[in-house]
Amino acid sequence: MAQHFNQTARTLAVTANRLGDGAVVYFTGETAETAAAEATAWSERLADVAVARSKEEGAALLAQAEPSVAARHIIGPYLFEVAETDGAPAPVNVRETIRMRGPSVRLDLGYQATQKTEETRHVSL
Amino acid sequence: MYRYDEFDHRIVRERVAQFRGQVARRVSGALTEDEFKPLRLMNGLYLQLHAYMLRVAVPYGTLSARQLRRLAHIARRYDKGYAHFTTRQNVQYNWPRLPEVPDILDSLAEVEMHAIQTSGNCIRNITTDPYAGAAADELEDPRPWAEILRQWSSLHPEFSFLPRKFKIAITGAPDDRAAILFHDIGIGLTRNEADDATGFRIFVGGGQGRTPMIGKCIRPFLPPSDLLAYMEAILRVYNRFGRRDNLYKSRIKILVHQIGAEEFAKQTEAEFDAIQATPEGDRLRVPDEEIARIHAYFAPPPYETLSGFAPEVEELRLQDEDFAAWLETNTIAHKIPGYGIVAISTKPVGGIPGDMSADDMEAVADLADTFGFGEIRITHEQNLVLPDIRRRDFPALWEGLKARGLAAANLGLITDQIACPGLDYCNLANARSIPIAQEISERFADPKLQRRIGRLHINISGCINACGHHHVGHIGILGVDKKGEEHYQIGLGGSADANGAIGQIVGPAFPLDKITDAIATIVDTYLDHRIEGEEFLTTYRRIGINPFKESLYAAAPTH
Repeated sequence: MAQHFNQTARTLAVTANRLGDGAVVYFTGETAETAAAEATAWSERLADVAVARSKEEGAALLAQAEPSVAARHIIGPYLFEVAETDGAPAPVNVRETIRMRGPSVRLDLGYQATQKTEETRHVSL
Repeated sequence: MYRYDEFDHRIVRERVAQFRGQVARRVSGALTEDEFKPLRLMNGLYLQLHAYMLRVAVPYGTLSARQLRRLAHIARRYDKGYAHFTTRQNVQYNWPRLPEVPDILDSLAEVEMHAIQTSGNCIRNITTDPYAGAAADELEDPRPWAEILRQWSSLHPEFSFLPRKFKIAITGAPDDRAAILFHDIGIGLTRNEADDATGFRIFVGGGQGRTPMIGKCIRPFLPPSDLLAYMEAILRVYNRFGRRDNLYKSRIKILVHQIGAEEFAKQTEAEFDAIQATPEGDRLRVPDEEIARIHAYFAPPPYETLSGFAPEVEELRLQDEDFAAWLETNTIAHKIPGYGIVAISTKPVGGIPGDMSADDMEAVADLADTFGFGEIRITHEQNLVLPDIRRRDFPALWEGLKARGLAAANLGLITDQIACPGLDYCNLANARSIPIAQEISERFADPKLQRRIGRLHINISGCINACGHHHVGHIGILGVDKKGEEHYQIGLGGSADANGAIGQIVGPAFPLDKITDAIATIVDTYLDHRIEGEEFLTTYRRIGINPFKESLYAAAPTH
């Protein structure tokens, strides 16, 4: 299982790519017992992600997300580190920031293209 | 150009139908991702950071206008309106949806294209000189041999599961524009002085990645009819002795390095002799009539008899300095009087190297039809080429390119950078490449400054896999991750030509916000030290790395 976080990280969340289009999605913590419910278990908005506050909680969250793989909704779920500011999670490294927003050189593509907020300004040079 | 025969058509159609079934089984759950992944990779379908990525093969970088229009159509219909030309003369789409990939492949098959062997541990697209068949310095057109190699290597059952991917390049000119010294096998057409016969020089064990190596010559002269048997022998030795236990030591370059080029040559010759002694030797000997049949596909277009002097070109050159600059940098000598080769840079100031919109692809296809026998080439430097243009049409072609913003006059100059997709797209990358290329391009945007600096290749990779060819850039930039932050290591003195060299690391890496200043310092140091008429590489080879090191680390401490 891929893990993209520093071992000292304490605030974690689960991300994956959606099977149909490969889009970046985040695990909301909702348990998806039916195929229809998969849509609520995964969100394209990082703001919807469920946050774990220890490695143990992270492992439990990842295990909870795992049935979505068998349900053919997502591919390759893994834990990544987030920081919380005023309760809002944000990625702590460049890779996950770019995954969240879209290519920093094409602001018209990826999730950022659907958002017009300050949050989605490209990763500046 | 080569045209599919009935067997080619059938093989590609059957392969698309097979993949359509595999995608359906993946979507239905009959296949897990672990089961599906090797199948999708065999059809060029990767999963990247934001989406799937489909890599389409462009055999030896040659496209017809019809094929380029189809690539544009696919970009518009199934992707986000653009495509990316790669450093292996292929095309990538960054946003295809899984259920639609079989439809894309069907659409490609209609124009004799596919994505087979663009991934996986097999023989990848055979690459060659983008000026093949047109270059003034060419000994012989390498494309027929590239096609013969393509047919031999396509779906070759013995070489579909090699220890690692395998890349072959061939050139027919002494000025190597195909980087043959940096491929698993490099093939250079040569002439035997004794009897003037044409044959091949064979190099093995070149490559970049985490262990860059320059290929070693193991056969100074190979008769053409022996080409396939000799390739088979090399691949068999590699398949037998190449390492499968360690991903980082599995390329042929490691085997050649470990046992030595002499021993590798000895084993290859023994295998070659063994092949020749069996009926297989006959099967692999390319008959003269087959060589002639394939060559016929690459017969020269119907050139006119023209004067080498085109007054309309001279007139505009004197009137318009932008045209004069483009003429100087982006047109290349042709073997036929009155014709020229035209390079179309994908790198306007601040542009994304290798990216082109569907509209621009269609415009290039139209210009190729109007002025250039409908043929286009992709270069490993991520530009396009129209190989056969009447010089007297240069002004009209230039106007057509300029109208689309495709007339950047920077071929071989500092803004004509190679850059891999990097961390903006790639799952393997540690750092971004494209924004660095953009910032350098903007810093050196002044066309006069670019021409004053002269020929200077900057190559940028976002990780050690070196898709951006940083090892062979005159200035190479490698993105590295330092505690979660993007840093960039600089190498100097690399070269991908016939005098191939691997760049030398200049010192500690620079952070993101200092790398463009560092490049500017290197350029200033070169300009301070160069003797009139010298190019960057000549100055570097004369003065060595120390003056650059001193100016870089005195002027811009990295920490």
